[in-house]
Order: sequence, then structure tokens, then C-alpha cells
Amino acid sequence: MRATPLQRFLATLFGWGTALLLFFPIAWMVLTSFKSERDAITPGLAFTPTLDSYRDVFARADYLNFAMNSIVISLGGTVLALLFAIPAAYAMAFHPTERTRGTLLWMLSTKMLPPVGVLVPIYLLFRTVGMLDTRSGLVIIYALMNLPIVVWMLFTFYKEVPHEILEAGRMDGAKTAGEVWYLLLPLTLPGVASTGLLSLILCWNEAFWSLNLTSAGAAPLTAFIASFSSPEGLFFAKLSAASTMAVAPILVFGWFSQRQLVQGLTFGAVK
Amino acid sequence: MSATLSPGASAPPHDTEAAPGRKVGSLLVMPSVIVLLAWMIVPLVMTLWFSFQYYNLVSPETRGFAGIDNYQYLVTDPDFWVSLENTLILLVSVLVITVGLGILLAVVFNQPFPGRNIARVLAISPFFVMPTVSALIWKNLLMHPIYGVFGALANTMGFNAVDWFAQFPLSSVIAIVSWEWLPFALLILLTAVQSLDHEQREAARMDGAGVIAQFFFITLPHLSRAIGVVIMIETIFLLTVFAEIFVTTSGGPGNATTNLAFLIYARALLQYDIGGASAGGVVAIVLANIVAFFLVRSIARRLEV
Repeated sequence: MRATPLQRFLATLFGWGTALLLFFPIAWMVLTSFKSERDAITPGLAFTPTLDSYRDVFARADYLNFAMNSIVISLGGTVLALLFAIPAAYAMAFHPTERTRGTLLWMLSTKMLPPVGVLVPIYLLFRTVGMLDTRSGLVIIYALMNLPIVVWMLFTFYKEVPHEILEAGRMDGAKTAGEVWYLLLPLTLPGVASTGLLSLILCWNEAFWSLNLTSAGAAPLTAFIASFSSPEGLFFAKLSAASTMAVAPILVFGWFSQRQLVQGLTFGAVK
Repeated sequence: MSATLSPGASAPPHDTEAAPGRKVGSLLVMPSVIVLLAWMIVPLVMTLWFSFQYYNLVSPETRGFAGIDNYQYLVTDPDFWVSLENTLILLVSVLVITVGLGILLAVVFNQPFPGRNIARVLAISPFFVMPTVSALIWKNLLMHPIYGVFGALANTMGFNAVDWFAQFPLSSVIAIVSWEWLPFALLILLTAVQSLDHEQREAARMDGAGVIAQFFFITLPHLSRAIGVVIMIETIFLLTVFAEIFVTTSGGPGNATTNLAFLIYARALLQYDIGGASAGGVVAIVLANIVAFFLVRSIARRLEV
């Protein structure tokens, strides 16, 4: 269907207008991060750019600790979830039984348990076994939190692999493990990668468990940024610099995984 | 949780596996099922159990069966009803804003215009910003009455700057959360709009349907399913908004922005009232389950195994 010039003009106007409006807070954050603290409190465009805020944030002895925690916990949670999910998704996609459908839907329904509903027992359990404020504690929580989504996404990808290829492999004598390793993993590597990416994004931005279960030791960047909420921590330029560094990597990941995101977050209900 | 579904509704007719294959299959699924089962059942039972107990971490000597005291205390506490009200206001407002604007934007972004892909990437970016960053950037850089952009804009236009978080605390939180979730709605709805059959619209146009008529009689019905999914998924997350409130208002001023999630957090980790917090937790679980029931049902209809 050809658009009339007026339609095209309106689409351009509204499309770009809303895009810029929605992106403005992020752009402003990046801009402010290059200001000095003195310039940061006057909302204007005239300023001399400086890297002072970045230097200051890095100079904080604990910044790298927070960043490292974010990286380790997100990667750990994602890898752990994949380790559990790959065999499960494989089995359900290629050896479905009469229970598969129910199992998949049940897994999805576990995702509906609101975290705040189980905050108390998890907190007490963690306290009892000494896992409060540990990286491994959050790794376990994040893996479990994302496991249903990860299984679902992988299942969707595995379903699209033609069965004939596996048949051929079986004829050639490939056992189940070999089948997964030599045939499925290469075939579905893009799927596994984008599933992992989505899990990374969700772990990186998670801010309920990280705020409630960690303090100084294992706190990731979400908690580090939250520490700027105290009145004495109100340094706009430093807040912006720290935020920019916390957001930038995952924003880029996000741009690359838009499509998979739709699949993963809607459990394949919207295609 | 699991009571919401009836497993094994349809057996797959095509792929009949030999016995050994099935055994290996369930062996591979088992680990995931077991850890998820533990992750769900253990805390759930504990929450239920604590909700019937006197249990305060500050006074460990008073413990024992509380009957429905925790629940009674909860429902007679005005804060609880305010938090429930705030939870629902937040939920409904954000849903209306994000779904309404999301549909509009999805239609706009479905039109060809120069630089559309870049514009789309910019528009969905807020979704990838971590909640603590979103909240603090909005609160300090944009909404701050003295140093913020909005205040400066108001001043140049001759208005007085508004102290958003003092005067309109809940609306401020709603604005931030809507900004985070509008991209999600846009992304899902755009995907749905793009799958719309072009020939159908072309036919409607030939028959003289204008842009508006096309939207209401073709696009909107086509989107109904996606809209339902967006509403349900957002609801699950919006019922327990936490970080945004935690870093901006801490539930205040007073209890103006205390939602159920924040109330439970405050009960448990600030007042150490484990029993009371657990009773609140049970309420949150029940609320979420009402939504989950419909979500799982609508996804089940689409699922092919």
C-alpha cells in the first residue's frame, strides 16, 4: 500500500517526535555525565565537556567491585540457567510425551510467583545458610528466576530444527549426547545465543533481589546506583556517569536482540 | 500456581517415542522440574506457614501459632488498604498509558518513513535501562524542581517549577514506570501489527474504508490477542514495582507511594515483622495468580507441542 505524502509526513513527525522524546532522558543522562558537577545542576547545553565524573566514579575503590559483581552474577545466572534448560528443552522438543505440554505450561506458571510474595522465606533461608550478600546466592536466584523463560525460548528454537537431520545423525550412530553436541548445538547456536542474551539483560537489570539480598559484598550495579538516592549522594554528574556506564553495554545488547525479546517475553504468544 | 492448568490436555500424535527414548527424555527434563518445584513450593509453604505465626526478628521470644491475627492486623491497618489502592492505581494508570500509546505508536512505526529503524531503536531503548537508573535520572535530572529540565522549561515559559515528587508523588512514579514499559508494549504490538495481512487492508481500502475505519475494524481486532498478552505480562511485573519506589520516595511522603511490594518489604526488612509481612505476601501471591490464570490459559491456546 502506498502512503500518501501527508501520511508519510505525519508518520515521520510522530515517529521521530516520540522516538526523540522517549530517548531524551537517556541522552540527557549521557550529556550530563560529561559535565562538571557545577555545570550539571544548571540544565543547559553550554558547558565544557570533562571526563572528571568518570574519573571520580572509577576512583571509588568499590566501583570495580560492583561492576565485577554485575558481570559475574549475570553470566553465572545465565550459564546456570542454560545448563539446566538445554537438556530439558531438547528433550521436550524432540522426545515429546503426553506430559510435555503440561510441563511447559507449569514451568511458565512458576514465573508468575511474585518475588515479593516469597521475599521473607528466601531472606530467612539465605540468612540461615549464610548466603546473604553472596554472589552465589544471587546466581542461584537469577538462574531460577529466568529458567522458565530460557526453557521456553530454547524449546521454540529446537522446534524449528527439522527432524530429518537428527534422523540422519541417528542412522550414522550418534547417541543422544553426541546428537546434542555435534548436531543440535551448532544448528541452534544462534537461538542459544539470543536466549542467553535475553537472560543476561534480565539479570543485569534485576533490582528486587539485588536490593534486598545484598549489601556491600556482592551488590551489583543496580544497587550501586541506588546508593546515589541518599541526599548526600546527590552528585548529578557522577550519578550520570555511573548510570551511563551501567546502562551502555546492556543497551547495545538490547538493540541487537529486539526480535528474540518479543518471543522470549511473550512465551511465543506473539509472533 | 500449578492448580491453574490441566496437564496433558493433548497428546502429540506425530512423534511416538520408543520406551528408552522417553526415559532419557524425562531424565533430561527432571532437573529443571525439580529445581523449579523446589523454588516454588518451599518458599510458598514457608510464606503460608509464617503468615499464621507470631514471628518478629526483634523479639524472638514471642513465637507461636497466631491463627488469623496477622491477617486481621493487616486488614485493620489503613496502610494496607492505601497500599492496595496505590498498587491498583499504579497498575491501571500504567496499563492505560502504555497500551494506549503503544497501539498508536505501533501503527505509526508500521508506516514507512525515513530513518524508521533508527527511530524505533531509540524509542525502545528505555526498556533496557535498569530500574534504579531510570528512577534516579527522572527524579534528579528531569523532575528536580530546582536543577531539573522540567523546572527549567517551566521557568522559561513563565510558569513556576513543580516539585513533582512532593506534590504529585504517585503520578511521578507512574510517569517513570510508564516510560519504562511503553517500549515493551510498542515492541510487542509492533510485531503483531507487522503480521497483519496487507491484502486484507488493501481490500478494505478499495472498499472505501478510511484510515480511521481501517484502524478500528481491521488493525484493532487483529491486535486484540497481543494487547491481552501485553496487559497480562505487564500486570505481573507492575503488581510488584519496587526499585523505582525504593530509590525515589521510599513509599512516601507518608504512605502516598507505598504499594503492596513496598509495604511487605518495609514490614519484613525494616520492622522485622515476619508474620505480618508473610500475610501481605500471601495477598500478593493471590493477586498475581488471578492474572496468571488468564495469562497461562491464553498462552496455552497457542502452544503446539
